[in-house]
Amino acid sequence: MKGRITIIFIVLTLFTVLLLLVDIGAGSVKLSIGDVAKALIGESEDPAVSKIVIDIRLIKSIVAILAGAALSISGLQMQTMFRNPLAGPYVLGVSSGASLAVALFILGLPGLGMQSGIMSTIGMTGAALLGSGIVLALVAVVGRRIKDIMVVLILGMMVSSGISAIVQILQYMSSDEALKSFVIWTMGSLGNVTSEQLPILLAVVFIGLILAVATIKSLNLLLLGEEYAVTMGYNSRRGRTMILMSTALLAGSVTAFCGPIGFIGLALPHVARAIFGSADHRILIPGVALTGAAVMLGCDIVSKILVIPINAITALIGIPIVIWIVFRQRAV
Amino acid sequence: MIELKGIRIGYGAQVLVTGANAVFPQSSLTSLIGRNGAGKSTLLRAIAGIGKIMDGEIIVDEKSRFESAMERAKYIAFVSTQRVKIANMRCRDLVGLGRAPYTDWVGRLSKSDNEIVATSLELVGMKEYANRTLDTMSDGECQRIMIARALAQDTPNILLDEPTSFLDLPNRYQLMELLGDLAHNHGKTILLSTHELDIALSKGDNIALIDTPELKLLPTSESHTRNVVATAFGINNLF
Repeated sequence: MKGRITIIFIVLTLFTVLLLLVDIGAGSVKLSIGDVAKALIGESEDPAVSKIVIDIRLIKSIVAILAGAALSISGLQMQTMFRNPLAGPYVLGVSSGASLAVALFILGLPGLGMQSGIMSTIGMTGAALLGSGIVLALVAVVGRRIKDIMVVLILGMMVSSGISAIVQILQYMSSDEALKSFVIWTMGSLGNVTSEQLPILLAVVFIGLILAVATIKSLNLLLLGEEYAVTMGYNSRRGRTMILMSTALLAGSVTAFCGPIGFIGLALPHVARAIFGSADHRILIPGVALTGAAVMLGCDIVSKILVIPINAITALIGIPIVIWIVFRQRAV
Repeated sequence: MIELKGIRIGYGAQVLVTGANAVFPQSSLTSLIGRNGAGKSTLLRAIAGIGKIMDGEIIVDEKSRFESAMERAKYIAFVSTQRVKIANMRCRDLVGLGRAPYTDWVGRLSKSDNEIVATSLELVGMKEYANRTLDTMSDGECQRIMIARALAQDTPNILLDEPTSFLDLPNRYQLMELLGDLAHNHGKTILLSTHELDIALSKGDNIALIDTPELKLLPTSESHTRNVVATAFGINNLF
């Protein structure tokens, strides 16, 4: 049992490294895996190749890994916490909160006469982070007072839908130009993170990851439902706060920098459970992070080759997985 | 030992039980009986720490309150009526979760923890199921695994809400005998709710009867207990 899981981890890690090399090699200037590997260890003869690999493409690939891992962990946390196979990182309104803030920023800016390029990139990220943070803080604060965890889920979904409606009103009232840049944001992009922003994303995801690891025991108890978990020593206030904070940091930061990337967080926990054949979060947390990183790299490769937005790819890959889950569960 | 002092329970404005005083002593098996909606589950859940009482005091092993859920989990284990079928979860791992109050921050099981898990599985007669996953098992089998989990929690008090409901007749008697053995030979305080009056009267030490809105504690050894139970349930002739 232990041996089998170790082997899966090793194979997956090697596969992820391979995907990373292919991902860095893919693009308008095609590079072989060997070229990429040489450039990464600083032994490339061609300074231009080295520059493309290290300065440009590596950042995007790291973002892909971070986004895949963060969204997948967050999705796993939500599915376990709510005991709902269709929960995901955005179920409590992380993305709709971010969308509203970005919509206010993009669609509201022309009215304020502020539209310089750099200003709006930094501002969009900041706005999205703020928006998702506020919504999750709201859900967390109210959620502490609510006994039944399902009520928290319903509350989150309602808040999320309500906010989406407000975003629609904003879209309806905005100019064509502003609307286009907002729609492009909603399509997601792994390429907007600059080398200055990367450490911020890295740090926030890292803190979210540490929190996620700290919730492993709680998540395992929550598999039995919150009530059982409490009778077995789970502190529901502390547990909920930690899990929601972890999800806010993981999904909130990725959404802020990359836009709302769909389906990864919903589909990958199921993939990881199937691959590892386990329900134990000591295996699933690292497992889903690795699987998520690999799938996100794969999506990025496809998106580069076909030159289409990342969200279209994640949906096209995610939807068959979700359908498969539904059918498999009906069969059981 | 569980002590109830002037307990009132209910929900909203509706009071189910009031002024309940009872002692469930160590090394005893008590069956909590009463009509549907009488408040059996509400009372058990309140003692387990997942439900509220409207008034009164619950004292468990001389403690009227616990510092944390973790602390309470070392004194009381609870088996609810909730069906638990988790995909990919092995019985061994689920029973291992019962060790949560004693394990480290990620819930690693020590050698002695694993031995307790094995013993608990053996006690409920599910030793061969250690590596089976819960989604491939029947409700009755899952129920016994949940009971093994409560045993692994190694608490002086065990509460069970209708533990016999998914079991067939031989398994019902077997379970009651196991619970009796745990009470009499391992010094546990066991309180379970049930609708099966014959099992409750023949296998338990005491009957805790909710005769709305009163809670009556009756020893099964005394002959008038049957009459009191029969009257409460509106049956003329019990056996």
